[in-house]
Amino acid sequence: MSQIPLVDYLELGDAPHLVAQECASCGARYFDRRNACAGCFGTEFRSVSVGTEGTLRSFTIVAHAAPGVPTPFVAGVVDIDGTSVKSNIINISPDPEHVRLGMKVRLATHVVGTDDEGTDAIGFGFEPAEGD
Amino acid sequence: MAADDIWILGIRMTKFGKHPDRDTIDLAAEATMAALADGGVTMGDMGILAFGNLRGPSTGQLLQKQVGQTGIPVFNVANACATGATALRTAIMAIKAGECDMGLAVGVEKLAGAGLLSGNAATSDDNVYEPSGRQGAVAPLDGRIGTVTMPGVFAQVGMEYLYNHDYTGAEFELFARISQKNHAHSTLNPLAAYTKEMSLEQIMGDVMIAYPNTRSMCSANCDGAAAAVVVSEEKLRTLSAEQQARAIKVRASVLTSDPWQEACQVLPDVNTLTRSAAAQAYEAAGIGPEDLDLVELHDCFATAELVHYDNLGLCAPGGAVDLFESGATNRNGSMPVNVSGGLESKGHPIAATGIANIWEVCHHLRGEAGDRQIEGARMGLAHVIGLGSACGVHILESASA
Repeated sequence: MSQIPLVDYLELGDAPHLVAQECASCGARYFDRRNACAGCFGTEFRSVSVGTEGTLRSFTIVAHAAPGVPTPFVAGVVDIDGTSVKSNIINISPDPEHVRLGMKVRLATHVVGTDDEGTDAIGFGFEPAEGD
Repeated sequence: MAADDIWILGIRMTKFGKHPDRDTIDLAAEATMAALADGGVTMGDMGILAFGNLRGPSTGQLLQKQVGQTGIPVFNVANACATGATALRTAIMAIKAGECDMGLAVGVEKLAGAGLLSGNAATSDDNVYEPSGRQGAVAPLDGRIGTVTMPGVFAQVGMEYLYNHDYTGAEFELFARISQKNHAHSTLNPLAAYTKEMSLEQIMGDVMIAYPNTRSMCSANCDGAAAAVVVSEEKLRTLSAEQQARAIKVRASVLTSDPWQEACQVLPDVNTLTRSAAAQAYEAAGIGPEDLDLVELHDCFATAELVHYDNLGLCAPGGAVDLFESGATNRNGSMPVNVSGGLESKGHPIAATGIANIWEVCHHLRGEAGDRQIEGARMGLAHVIGLGSACGVHILESASA
């Protein structure tokens, strides 16, 4: 069965991970295509792998979203060695007793949908890390 | 006073709330004609019109056709929730540039019943996955990679502040109490959309939108307009003694956008541009936050009010929780914040907000705020954020100061 990443900055394979575009001049990292660096205006970028374990720096538990978006879900910001990643927090009960600021999390992937040709779209989230 | 000072000559907001029988132009016209009357001038005196109506369908030209077409330049401006402040800033810049000596800024919105203002994109997936856009997405990302809803974004803004400052208390209750303060303030404001005092239990027990923001901790979608007439120092001195006495001096008018910061692509950074705008405004006015008698800041959500205490320098760095817990930001405290009831109860007709918060400050500086008057108010600050982002900060001073 074929797979396609939900976004192009998710690299699948044996060890799924996120890939950032890093400014060659100042080191600013982006997860989308940039015409020039927003920090220093440089135009040279290189691809860098981002770690898969980090710390939950902020979160919200969305109870009310646009039609068709399943709720509740946890949205947050994960700090991975100084690189911030926007993500859902998954494989966790979506309530403030379980989701805590500062908790350790790790990358996990899951199927978010299948198209008419049988291709699975693979998304990512961060789940509680063992031992936390 | 300096020859290049700018003054607010007339200013007015409509009642915020539901206005089902009136369109955006009716509301804009009401605010405009009231602001002109407040300043004792007419459309014939205006040299520029700056107009904001983010969600349409109005323009400054449509307003002119209902209140006076004089051929002056119109600037239709858009800057998210900072649109009203941007219109005012535009009129002020025109006067500073010497293009005219009097100008009008208007903001209007009809939002009653609008619901969520973002995240409403089509949610049906394509039949065959095809990467598109700058992230090569094969399906809608809202809800799959975080949230784009405003209550959820600003919830994270507030939670991030608590994380950065090692807060260990009851976060939900903390933010709910900020909302409780503003709802209590609103009971004294006849122009607010909602004027009901709310208990902590009511606020925390209300419908959850995006933890920790319940419905009553979110800005209220409503209809409304606000307008301001600004005038040069030189022109003001040719007007009547009464006009001069009621005029409010613009000690600072600053507009910023968000400079690049790590993580700003992940969670909008509403902090850095506010800190920058505040620093520029205090510098221009030659004052510090301790000189302020009241502040109207952009509490689009209860979680946002907390961070702006710090961003505007109302407390020591990292001291926002302590400032709130001290009671200083209550209307009887040393640094009253959002005595209008704030966006959570006064309402947030987005393009009108950036002028309406200035009207609130002016109302107190003129000593005309009735039951909710902050006694002896001489200096005030109005702050607004448009996500994306834009920040407007104005510092205002009474004429008799």
